[in-house]
Order: sequence, then C-alpha cells, then structure tokens
Amino acid sequence: MHFAVLQFPASNCDQDCVHAVRALGHTASLVWHKDTSLGAADAVIVPGGFSYGDYLRCGAIARFSPVMQAVRTFADQGGLVLGICNGFQILCEAGLLPGALVRNRDLQFHCEPVFLRTANRETPFTASIPAERPIRLPIAHGEGCYFADEATLSRLQAGRQILWQYCDAAGALTEAANPNGSLLNIAGIANERFNVAGLMPHPDRASEAILGGDDGRSLFESMAAAFATRAASRAA
Amino acid sequence: MNEPAITPELVAKHNLTPEEYEKILGILGRTPSYTELGIFSVMWSEHCSYKNTRPVLKTFPTKGDRILVGAGEENAGIIDVGDGVAIAFKIESHNHPSAVEPFQGAATGVGGIIRDIFTMGARPVAALNSLRFGELDNPEVRRLFSGVVSGIAHYGNCFGIPTIAGEVCFDKSYEGNPLVNAFALGVLRHEQITRGAARGVGNPVFYVGPATGRDGLAGAAFASQDLTEESAEQQRGAVQVGDPFMEKLVCEACLELLATGVVAGMQDMGAAGLTCSTCETAARAGTGIEIELDRVPQRAPNMSSYEIMLSESQERMLIVVEKGQEEAVKRIFDKWDLPWSEIGVVTDTGRMVVRHGGRVVVDVPAKKLADEAPIYFRDSKEPAYRETVRAFRLDGIPDTTAPAADLGKLLAHHTIASKNWVYRQYDHMVRDGSVVCPGSDAAVIRIKADSLPVMSAELAAKVGDRPVPEKYVAFTVDCNGTYVYLDPYEGGKAAVAEACRNLACAGAVPVGSTDNLNFGNPNHPEIFWQLKESVRGLAEACRAFAAPVTGGNVSLYNQRGALGAIDPTPTVAVVGIVDDPRHITTQWFKDDGDAILLLGAPVDAADPLQGLGGSAYLKAVHGQKNGLPPRVDLEAATVLHTTLLGLIREGVVKSAHDCSDGGLAVALAESCFSNQVARETFQFTGATVDLSTVTGVRLDALLFGETQNRVVISVAAADAARVVKQARIMGVPAAVIGTVGGDVLTVKTSQGEFSAPVAALHDPWWNSIAQAMSA
Repeated sequence: MHFAVLQFPASNCDQDCVHAVRALGHTASLVWHKDTSLGAADAVIVPGGFSYGDYLRCGAIARFSPVMQAVRTFADQGGLVLGICNGFQILCEAGLLPGALVRNRDLQFHCEPVFLRTANRETPFTASIPAERPIRLPIAHGEGCYFADEATLSRLQAGRQILWQYCDAAGALTEAANPNGSLLNIAGIANERFNVAGLMPHPDRASEAILGGDDGRSLFESMAAAFATRAASRAA
Repeated sequence: MNEPAITPELVAKHNLTPEEYEKILGILGRTPSYTELGIFSVMWSEHCSYKNTRPVLKTFPTKGDRILVGAGEENAGIIDVGDGVAIAFKIESHNHPSAVEPFQGAATGVGGIIRDIFTMGARPVAALNSLRFGELDNPEVRRLFSGVVSGIAHYGNCFGIPTIAGEVCFDKSYEGNPLVNAFALGVLRHEQITRGAARGVGNPVFYVGPATGRDGLAGAAFASQDLTEESAEQQRGAVQVGDPFMEKLVCEACLELLATGVVAGMQDMGAAGLTCSTCETAARAGTGIEIELDRVPQRAPNMSSYEIMLSESQERMLIVVEKGQEEAVKRIFDKWDLPWSEIGVVTDTGRMVVRHGGRVVVDVPAKKLADEAPIYFRDSKEPAYRETVRAFRLDGIPDTTAPAADLGKLLAHHTIASKNWVYRQYDHMVRDGSVVCPGSDAAVIRIKADSLPVMSAELAAKVGDRPVPEKYVAFTVDCNGTYVYLDPYEGGKAAVAEACRNLACAGAVPVGSTDNLNFGNPNHPEIFWQLKESVRGLAEACRAFAAPVTGGNVSLYNQRGALGAIDPTPTVAVVGIVDDPRHITTQWFKDDGDAILLLGAPVDAADPLQGLGGSAYLKAVHGQKNGLPPRVDLEAATVLHTTLLGLIREGVVKSAHDCSDGGLAVALAESCFSNQVARETFQFTGATVDLSTVTGVRLDALLFGETQNRVVISVAAADAARVVKQARIMGVPAAVIGTVGGDVLTVKTSQGEFSAPVAALHDPWWNSIAQAMSA
C-alpha cells in the first residue's frame, strides 16, 4: 500500500510518518504543499508539526495550500485520509472534519503517553485495533482540546463518528485522563463516510516496540486491511 | 553617513581597554572606523574570543580516536560512531538574554545551538538543557522559570527536535541571573561534514534567511559584562527574537542545498552576526572576503553599516557556493520561500572588506580579527570562604530522628523533585528516535538510516545501498553547583563522574563531552580561582573516563549587583554509545522478587563528613550549604562503570540508578516509582531494604549522604550472589541490600526501621514543582 505524506513548511512529523508506515512494510512518499497532485497514493496522511509556524491558528493557513485541493478531491472519491495532530487540525480547518481544536485547558503544551478507548471499531481506521483493552499512544500538542457545538456533537455521537476517547488504564472516560479538556474526551473522529479521520495522539510515534510501545501499528494496519478489502472487491 | 568620532569614551563604551585599542591601532595602522570599532569590540568579547579563559581551556583533553572535528575548529565538534555515521554536538549558554527576557532569551538559545549543528551538515535530532534558577518561593524566579521553559518548548517543539533530557536546579545564588545552557546533537555521514570556511577564491558568498533588523545588536558584547539593573533595562533590545518556523525552513533548505554538493563552506550568523561569520570563515580558509551591505536584506530602513554588521537577528546563514552553481541556491531557497542574496565574494587578500553605499566601511585583516584577540592570564586567589568550608564538621548537626519525613522533604526538594512539569511541555518524542525519555538516568535515542541528511548523488553512488545499522546514543548533563562552590576541583570531577555514571547506568560508554563554564566576573581573582580549579577537576575526569571535550562555551560575568556571583557552574554534557539495544537500561525496578544490590561502598570511610558535605540533605533539612563535598576517586569510578557495563552486557541487570542528590534513600525511592506508564498512570513497585549490617555511620549519612561512586541495581534473585561475587572480583564493593516487591518501601537499619507507601513517596516528588508554580 502506498501512502502519500503531505509536507507543509514546518511539518515536523512528515519523516516520522514515512518511517512508521515503511517500518510496517508499506511504501510512502512526501508530497510538497505546492503540488497539485498526490501521485499514485492509496491513502493520504496529513502529518503533525507546526505548518506555516501556526502563528495564526493551527492549520488555518495550511488549508489553503494547493495540495489540499487534491486531498479534498481524493477524499470526495472515497480515498482514505488520516490527519495526525497538526494534520487533524488542518482537516478540521479545511472542513473535511467537523469541529475545531483549541488551546489545551491548562494552556500548556502536553507531551505524554495517554490511553485511548476505541469507541467505534467498525471503520477503516479502527477495525484492527485490539478490542479488549485501551491502546496507549503519545500526545504532543498545545492546542488539542476538541470543541464543537451541541448539534455537531450529537451528530457525531449518533453517527458513531467519535473513534477515540481519552480514558484511564481501565478504559474509563475520566476527567483526569483527559489531557486537554476535549469535549466528551474526544481524541479523534471520522467524517460521515468514514474515509477521513483525524486524531491528536501520534500512532506514528508508537509503531515500534523500541519506542516504548507499538499500539499505533494497529491503526495503520486497519487502513491497510480496509484498502486491501476495497481493492479486492473492485477486482472481483 | 555621519559616524561618531572615535574617542576614548567611545572605546570604553565598547568594553575595550586602552591596551586593546592600542592593539587595534597596531593591526590597522590607522584609526578604526566606527563600524570597525564595533566589530573589534564584539569579536574580542569574551563570548567570541575566550580571551580570559583560553589558557585554562587549553588544559582540556581534546584528542581521541573517534574525533573527526575537534574542539575550537568549527561550530561544533564531531565524533565517529561507526559504520560511517557521526554525531555533532555542543552546549551553549544564553544566560544574560534569559535574565532579561526569559522567553525569547531561552528560545533563541535553542535556536542558536541548533544552527551550530546543521551548520556542520548534520541533521539536528536531539536537544537537552541545563537550567538554574533561584528558589521558587520568589515570584520573580517563577516568572523567569516559567518563561524560560516555555521559550525552550516553543522553539524546540515547533522546530521539531526532541528535548529529551536535562537538569534543573534551584539555588538562591542564581536569583536574578538564571543559567540557560542548551545542547543539541545532530547526525550525519563522515563525508557530509561541512566546514565553516570561505574556500575557493572567486566563489560567491550568499546570505540566506530572514532580513537583518536592529534586534540583538551586539548581544555578544552584552553577554560579556556584569548584569546590572540598568544594563538589563537598556539591553532588552539586545535580546534577539526567535522564529523556529523560519529556522526549520532554513535547516531543511540548507540540508537540501548541501545534498547538491555545491557548497564550499557554510556558517550560521550567531553571536556577532554577519561580522563573526564573515571574518571567521575567511580566517579558517586563510582567504579574504568582500561583502556589499547594500545587498543584505534589511528589515528596517536606513540601517547603518555598524547596525547591519553587529545585528544578531536570528535564523540567518552565510553560504559560500562553488562559482557557477549559484542557480542551486536560488532554486532551493525559492522552493522554501526563503530570502537569499548574493552579497559578496571570496578573495585572496586575507582581508575582510565591507562596502556600504559605495564606500569601504571596513577593511581589516580577517585572521588577526578572528584569532588574535588579546589573551589574559588572570590572577587567581583561593576565596576566603573556603576556610569555613574546610573547618565545617557535623558536630552541630543532629542526626535524623525522622528518616521517613526527611526523605519526604528531600523528594519534594525542587532540585530533586520530578521535572515532569518541565519536560511535559517539551516535545520529547518527535523524530521517532526517543528510546529512553526524560525521567531515567540518561536519555537514549536511536539513529536510524532515515535520520541522516539526504546524500549528494556522488555520495549516494559511493555508499550504494549498504544499509546503515541503527545506532543508540545516550546523553546526559550534570553539575552540582553547590559542590563546585565548596570545592571547585572536586566539584568539577564530580560533574563529569556523575554524567559518566548516568551513562553507565543507561548501558552506554562515553565517547565525548561538551562543557559550559558558567562563572562570575573573571577579573575577581577569587572567581578566576574557582574557574581554574574546576577546569582542573573537569579535565582530569574527562581524561579518566576517555570523554574528550569536543567544544563548548564560556559564560562569565554571571553576577548581579548586590546578589553577587552565581555558584560556579561548569555544566558538562557527556555523550555515550550503547552498542546493542538489549543493553539499554532504565532506572526503575522491574519485577517482584528481584534482588536489589548496592555497587560501591555505602559510605566513604575516609570522609569526615560521611558524604554529607554540600549535600541536598544539609540544605533541605538543615538549611546549610557548607562542608567539603564528597570526593571522587576517579580510578574507582572507572572500575565501577566498567564493571556495571560488563554486567549489563551479560544481560543480568534489570535496572540501574546512580546515587547522587539525596543519596541512597532517594535513589531507592526513585527506583520504586519513576516509571510513568501514561498520563496519571504510574508503575509503583515496593522494596524491602536491609542496611542493618552497615554500622558506625550516622543514619542521615547512610540514607542521605552523597558518597560518590554508588549505583543501585536490581537483578533476578537467582543471579544476585553471582553478580556480587563478580563485582567484588573487579574490586567494586557490592552487597545485596533488599528485594523488590509489594507497594511499600521499607528500610531497615541498625538504628531501626521505617517504611512508607510508594504512592505516598511519589506524590511530593511528582507534584512539588507544579504546586510551587501554581502558588
């Protein structure tokens, strides 16, 4: 499976994402923000970082990049798009995902591992994630507090679009386990069609045991499995 | 342009002595222009010239088989780590700017050291920092602490470098003059080493990066004088403003340009900006350089040549490109939307010539300016306070009667307490290389093939598809300023010994070191004595551990008004290699039933203070900063480290943690609770420890004394006897002192027993800094 990893000026997890998916046996290439084509991508990753320095608002400028039009078209055609951290912020700013990410509740940057409950395992991003326990992934953000209005939250809940929620080691959605004040402990969501998803935690930093945990693999493996199934059904 | 006339007052205002001015007249054979005076003033400041410390710095060991670029040669030293891979690293201070404007001061300190690394052609992959502040009960100190931490976080996080290790200490001596020492490490292939030399007569000289403004005017000179209330206020404008986003782009563009193979030389514009980068590159290459200031991108209108040459605007680079290859610069810097300008040419005259508005405003011999700053052999005299220190005995200090409570006090002592409030604000995991994160004895990163900078086509052809095996690099920074104050020589030794002990605990062998000498005003003989003595200790220890110094930084004049000089603080970062990932070791206990061993003598019998001199215990519990600190036997230290590494390589060591601040009891407690699984989730492991066979020692000295050369390890119970025997054969005192298990730490001594739930011990340790900051 081939991943296109977007590269904005001051993306800083672009190389990490390429590394993580290659370590899982996939191929990946960087796509420059000024490009208008994604090449032969089977899926797109919008990586973390500080696109354009994020001096205005995280992701606010990146959404206007030429490459984002290509991502929009790709998503419209049903392609899988995953936004991680700053990538999640960009997808929200671009309107590909609902809601917004605002300053952490305590106004501080947080870099620490968190536990996540996978709230919906019937999606291309979550099907291979273990069901029996929460997964552990690192976060590293200053603006990861998920915010949306009541109506949007209800729609997300009704449509089972909330994919990941911050929880404790036992899987309970506690206030203490919520690092940034996100509504409903939301760590990641999908769009209505479930082909675009975003999350604040970093699966790209937790895909090899030597980095202290490899729970992130299951997320990329879910995408690969979903892609393989689609390819097979197209071929049939 | 109306430039001021050169008067003795103007010369003095530039921190140049009449003798220095005479020397300038001799070099030029005429009166300098105003701009030239400014240039000499910054280049001959301590910050750029090391004029007060050069004779002392020469005593450091700087040679070694692995050294590819040595101390003083370039912007950073480079060390071979095998298989064609090398690491570049250096530490540098940004103390004065941080005292004046903590956020920007610290941020630009990080930016500067990162530039020193990619200037060498390396990709920056890790950062650490060593910080000192006054006590947190002072709101002004809290403001500085919080500003410095967010400045470091802002710059490092946005740039995308993991800030993965460091130390933070609090002591009244740093009030008003915090220390901010930033370290960065980069990786590259041997062939990718880039020189800061203006090579090739006729080659064009490029300026890349953002435009030059009036910010940071003469920051190097500012850093080379005492801080006063007045200077702090006046010099706020000397603090540069950092833009990590810009730095990230400049770094990527420079590495991309280097991969084209057209770069003849490169240097960042750090201290003394355009001045330093032009004259140093010419001096290194033995060439001359000619630049045209009208071509330098400028942020403000009507900037004078003085201002342009002395500005320390950030994120700028000087690049010398092979003639005929100018297109490459244009193509790559345009791609990254970065300003660039061809500003000059390399000449064969040996002179640094600057034109502005059609006139020659500077014409000086580059080598004399860069390399011939006056050198001073300062007077030194043992400080009077040493009398009292030497005479200090424990007679007036009652032994502990409440060991559990005292342990609690030490764990909450801000210098010992967990620094999670700090490192949680740093992205310490970006770049997918963080193997051991903050919270253990030393950080460990892995260097993977894709961490290395992109190769030129020529190099790629040469290297072929030979895979680069992963490398594991460990590093740590240490210095106990209290020790150095009380005994500079022993304190210097202890700083290096502790760093190397930390590396050994992580499973690493030292390969090199970089130091940052933070002292007061060297014109005071007592301060200079501290400097000289501590360097003697540092140098001796670096030799003993085969950790040659590859570079570093000197920061003098760290004193402020009535508060006086800081405790002398020569921070030392030591870098080591772990040759097999299976040998990477962490400090926390692993499994119930494992045996706990102490390697090293419980207390130094030859020390009349039993390891309590200068200890955190004396300070935190008895409010005393006195007594000769524990001495370091370097020979015993190397044997201990070798023995520990041998055991680690055998695969029997499950955890290793050195005893330092707070002594054995703190080391045991930390081994019980330092493993953080996730946010709000800790792994607590109890231990039952029996020290009752140690007699004839004060209880406080046994528990909290800081006798050197001690490590707490845990091994499977079945291996314990063998490990003890093996250590003793090597000449290392060793004993089984307890068992891992339960959720309580119990310590039995000849004077009774105490115990505390691990969770209760963890709480003050984990939360005390956050609590102080929310006060």
